[in-house]
Amino acid sequence: MSGTNPPSSAPGGLVKSVVELDRVVIRLAGDSGDGMQLTGNRFTSETASFGNDLSTLPNFPAEIRAPTGTLPGVSSFQLHFADHDIMTPGDAPDVLVVMNPAALKANLADLPGGGLLIADSDEFTPRNLAKVGYASNPLEDGSLEQWQLVSVPLTSMTLEALAGSGLGKKEAERSKNMFTLGLLSWMYHRPTEGTIRFLERQFRRKPEIAAANIAAFRAGFNYGDTTEAFAVSYEIKPAPMAPGVYRNISGNQALSLGLVAAGQRSGLPVFLGAYPITPASDILHELSKHKAFGVRTFQAEDEIAGIGAALGASFGGALGVTTTSGPGISLKSEAIGLAVMIELPLVIVDVQRGGPSTGLPTKTEQSDLLQAMFGRNGEAPVPVIAPRSPGDCFDAAIEATRIALTYRTPVILLSDGYLANGAEPWAVPSSEDLPDLTVQFATEPNGPDGEFLPYRRDPETLARAWAVPGTAGLQHRVGGLEKADLTGNISYDPANHDLMVRTRQAKIDGIAASLPPTEVDDPDGDARVAVIGWGSTYGPIGAACRRIRSSGRSVAQIHLRHINPMPTDLGEILHRYDRVVCPEMNLGQLALLLRAKYLIDVESHTQVRGLPFRAAELAAVIQEVIDRTDLPAAAGVNGETL
Amino acid sequence: MSTLDHVHDLGLPAVGPIADAIAAGGEKQTDLKAKDFKTDQEVRWCPGCGDYVILNAVQSFLPSLGIAREDMVIVSGIGCSSRFPYYLNTYGMHSIHGRAPAIATGLAASRPDLSVWVVTGDGDALSIGGNHLIHALRRNVNMTILLFNNRIYGLTKGQYSPTSEVGKVTKSTPMGSLDHPFNPVSLALGADATFVGRAMDSDRKGLTDVLRQAAEHKGTALVEIYQNCNIFNDGAFDLLKDPTTGTQWTIPLVHGKPLVFGPDGAACVVRDDFGGLRIAETNQVDAGDIVVHDAQRTDSSYAFALSRLSSQDLRYTPMGVFRSVEKPTYDAMMAEQLDVARAERAPDLDALLAGNDTWTVR
Repeated sequence: MSGTNPPSSAPGGLVKSVVELDRVVIRLAGDSGDGMQLTGNRFTSETASFGNDLSTLPNFPAEIRAPTGTLPGVSSFQLHFADHDIMTPGDAPDVLVVMNPAALKANLADLPGGGLLIADSDEFTPRNLAKVGYASNPLEDGSLEQWQLVSVPLTSMTLEALAGSGLGKKEAERSKNMFTLGLLSWMYHRPTEGTIRFLERQFRRKPEIAAANIAAFRAGFNYGDTTEAFAVSYEIKPAPMAPGVYRNISGNQALSLGLVAAGQRSGLPVFLGAYPITPASDILHELSKHKAFGVRTFQAEDEIAGIGAALGASFGGALGVTTTSGPGISLKSEAIGLAVMIELPLVIVDVQRGGPSTGLPTKTEQSDLLQAMFGRNGEAPVPVIAPRSPGDCFDAAIEATRIALTYRTPVILLSDGYLANGAEPWAVPSSEDLPDLTVQFATEPNGPDGEFLPYRRDPETLARAWAVPGTAGLQHRVGGLEKADLTGNISYDPANHDLMVRTRQAKIDGIAASLPPTEVDDPDGDARVAVIGWGSTYGPIGAACRRIRSSGRSVAQIHLRHINPMPTDLGEILHRYDRVVCPEMNLGQLALLLRAKYLIDVESHTQVRGLPFRAAELAAVIQEVIDRTDLPAAAGVNGETL
Repeated sequence: MSTLDHVHDLGLPAVGPIADAIAAGGEKQTDLKAKDFKTDQEVRWCPGCGDYVILNAVQSFLPSLGIAREDMVIVSGIGCSSRFPYYLNTYGMHSIHGRAPAIATGLAASRPDLSVWVVTGDGDALSIGGNHLIHALRRNVNMTILLFNNRIYGLTKGQYSPTSEVGKVTKSTPMGSLDHPFNPVSLALGADATFVGRAMDSDRKGLTDVLRQAAEHKGTALVEIYQNCNIFNDGAFDLLKDPTTGTQWTIPLVHGKPLVFGPDGAACVVRDDFGGLRIAETNQVDAGDIVVHDAQRTDSSYAFALSRLSSQDLRYTPMGVFRSVEKPTYDAMMAEQLDVARAERAPDLDALLAGNDTWTVR
């Protein structure tokens, strides 16, 4: 697990030892204004470029600047990195860095006994302590004895390092996050060139700020190297990964790049209609940078206009996209119904957050699944797909586009706050390896009498003919009133309505024929319990299954990319297992669907805390189900053995 | 060839599957007659509805624009007027209530080669879709919005609308409506619309004239068309339609002409305090004090003051083009940003996917 290398002599004659670890979880916590997210992202980039596998969990309040030093204002960033492949940001930190008393109070309960606790002692002033209800200073009163506490005057050392920089006290203080990053970079042997390059780039118009941040960063590194407070530094070897070029990527970034790539591979201009909403706005920001790829981004007056404009662009032959979170989906429902009726491609991204209503804007949840499935008037089937990791958001965006274009239908892509802001190493694909998404537009009349029939369908996919404005002779009208089969004219005919409702459903159901067989991860091949999930729970479920297997028991993991339609083999697969467990960050929405569709007594395990599952907790839940499944047979109460 | 090449960037898009499909679709016909714009669909408005008159006027007028049918798209919302697309042999979308300006914005912004029209009503555009209307106008996307104002909800069978006069007795307001109505022209000018006009359904010549100017305008054009609903609000505009009272209460707007109106030109418009306008008797003022209509004033205050001359009971209603000014269009500026971005850095998908910080595992 770990080994101590011979002590090395640091400059100044200090003897320091290097301990080798296989994995570390670090959590940085501070005030919203302390720059914890930036610090975490930089540490992540250093870690990624070093070659560790990693997974991150940013956690921040919805308020931009809650009152300084208060509990609601605490922002944190957790990073798990290892010398092997990992699936989650870690259940609990091994190292907690707190920039003030509020950060300590909000996070201490998560730090296991014996964990390393680094605190900025300068910020533990009577005033700051009083703000969060500490009667005495925990750094000094012995109440933190069960942890390895290191009090470091981060703020004053940053100020000392920047004396003579010309910056005022307030400005200089802001660099304390870079001092902290420098210290951590020393502790974990991170490469530092990337951060220095980043700071130069970030502040190229304010060279004095760039210089100050770099000076603070170096001072933090050197402090670690020379101080007696830290006698040990740690090494985590690079993780073995498949050969290739890698980058670090967040879910929202990957999703955005997937949409750009889908536009390029289809040859269609991408049109994003969106209204700013947490945690989806970063997709709007990212796509707005890629105008050179013919991507048009339209910041609409509201959620409805966002999807309306995207659908209008789709009518013109563009790849229409709209991005939002739960409350926005509620507003877009009627327009999604129109897209179902007029059968045009549209990619609808829902980066789910805690609900209902405004809910928990910055926290993660999976509670929009049933809204995505059924949240429209009438029989309005919409394909629903979900990515399972930040990098997988790229593939999910391409798959959503494939379905939308092939079947002329709106598609809902369900990401969530954890995937959106979390990051992981991503094997950069080559553009030529991406699927060909070429579309065949109608170019000539397709009717028996030389007329154009916009609702004439491809016999295989049931997709209707798509003629773009500008194409002579194919003028036609679409709309939300029920369409007559073939002509698309208004029809109130009972038999026609019945036919069209069933045809639209059959078209969506038929997508299942284009899906690959369901992957079942059951390395031992003798599991009697299967765990099924969807979306961002992939990591925690996978990590939990590994724990079960490492204890010698068997369990199967099934993770759904396609929730509507579900893969054709899924029912048969689920029936193979004695018990099926479905962990979800909602109150059992996928479980409800599986029970209804396959008449399987799915055991739902749910949590809605605004945070991802912890692998250890899930492992315990699964273990309990396995015990229950195996024990009755052994005790002879099973019908077959009596 | 279209006479409106300056309005629409015909010829775009130059490359890609959309351009290929359009090229494969064959030659564009622009030498068209009114009948070419009719569809095989039975027109289903109530007999005597003002919408028939407007449809006929539009079908007769469209050929003169020299735009091929396939290059026109009519987008509508919900309501009686919003059935319009079904009766015009162009591309069209009968969408959802109030959202037509938003849908048309996405279409026009991504396809500057098309002539995009929105057909809407007072309920559709000013109640449920009020937000989209004002934002379309302020953005100045290249499209023409025809707002049929009958001052009533027709399709839902006769409730008062956001343009109904205060005290309107309807099924939902048996003791009279309480809300103050919108003046659509004032609203549009408040949103900084670059083109605002008003016309009467029954006045074929006046309507066609305003429609032509609206079609020739590059940017968002709003035309309010007074339209009679003979079932639920019959005679709403009789004050202006009656030959006698119509002359008395209508102020015709002609760019460059003095605002003199009424029988024998007895009334006129002059400047009032605080930059406003007022009605005066022509023989009581100096000829030099009579306002000469200038639709091209950059400042919209004058056009707004004009729009405030009329009251809820339609007395002193200006008809014609209130404002027509040049301003860069949203779609053109959006296209330009794309061009600038392409000129700065040629698109390279592999470079984009790799980003700035990569590492290689061997």
